[in-house]
Amino acid sequence: MSDTINFTIDGKDCQGKKGQSIIQAADDNGVYIPRLCYHPELTPGGSCRICTVNVNGRQMAACTTPVAEGMLIFNDTPELQDMRRALVEMLFIEGNHFCPSCERSGNCELQALAYRLGIMAPRFPYMFPQRTIDASHPQIYIDGNRCIQCGRCVRAAEELDGKNILGFIGRGPFLKIKASSSRGLAGVEIKPTDRCVQLCPVGTIIVKETAYRTPIGERQYDKKPIGAEIEGSH
Amino acid sequence: MAKPKIATTSLAGCFGCHMSVLDIDERILKLAELVDFDKSPINDIKRFTGQCEVGLIEGGCANAENVEVLRYFRDHCKILISLGECAIMGGLPAMRNGIPLKECLQEAFLNGPSVVDGMIPNDPDLPLILDKVYPCHEVVKIDYFLPGCPPNADLIWESLVALLSGKEADLPYELIKYD
Repeated sequence: MSDTINFTIDGKDCQGKKGQSIIQAADDNGVYIPRLCYHPELTPGGSCRICTVNVNGRQMAACTTPVAEGMLIFNDTPELQDMRRALVEMLFIEGNHFCPSCERSGNCELQALAYRLGIMAPRFPYMFPQRTIDASHPQIYIDGNRCIQCGRCVRAAEELDGKNILGFIGRGPFLKIKASSSRGLAGVEIKPTDRCVQLCPVGTIIVKETAYRTPIGERQYDKKPIGAEIEGSH
Repeated sequence: MAKPKIATTSLAGCFGCHMSVLDIDERILKLAELVDFDKSPINDIKRFTGQCEVGLIEGGCANAENVEVLRYFRDHCKILISLGECAIMGGLPAMRNGIPLKECLQEAFLNGPSVVDGMIPNDPDLPLILDKVYPCHEVVKIDYFLPGCPPNADLIWESLVALLSGKEADLPYELIKYD
């Protein structure tokens, strides 16, 4: 029996392999499904819902749904794009995202997604929440103002770096990432080369004394939208 | 037919967005052919001479005067545009939003390292500072948003020309940035 799975995304015939998620199969076919908490090196989190696609009439997260024979998937529809826009707008208003002064600006996946989705201003009122900064470590700091609770750092620490040094505390709007020591980041074994540091999609986990090295115009998302690398692979 | 009128103001901003308007370079001559400038810091006209087609708002609302000027603009402009990050989300002045107002004033006017014989300003002529900095669209209805810190001059130009000629703006990806 063949392991090839045939399905369509927005009418395009695609082939996937058994065991792949929709997002993995879409990537292999050069179709970009917008995503935030998903990272190819990590177990899918399924929490941001940006990658929601319409599968045979139902809304499913593309990162956690296995691709199956004959699936009719819709990805780039006005309804889904507007839902994604709303989700990204909520992430912007729920945190304190001061792009002009952020070290990650131009290389930030949240910002790049907002650019790609054409967000000029959020439809929801800004919350300006109280968030904290953990600058206790000599080389790395965590800025809670910019955190989108995607959990990529928590998963990367556990799955790739093999150490449980980051975790979530609190619930709902008070959910935040925290180093697993009463002394904060200073109390855990963390290095700038750790994947948990490098996989932060926004400007929350920052390596000190490395910012603003790339001039404006040459940063990752200055010229090309996020996802272009996947779309350009075919 | 009389030329449409355009008005601009800077609320809690740094005038960087106005600099970016001037950054359209020699196209400003073309703009002068298309529109007349009404109330604006560029020509120093202080009061509206009548109804305007377009109002460009730089900066968010940090004090009572900002709110009054913004409402004045809403009353006199058919189309209001939030120009830049401060107008859209409060920008750098909004960094004080997480700090209680009393602490901000104490730090600035009493406890700051360079303060000598400090006092918190309390003159009735000074506009009252708001509890936090508000984006313009949370105070009045805003019709369009041009992000950037400052917005790219080409973004301002393309948008204004499209708006004045009644066409949909064709804005390339590189022009829309939040920094």
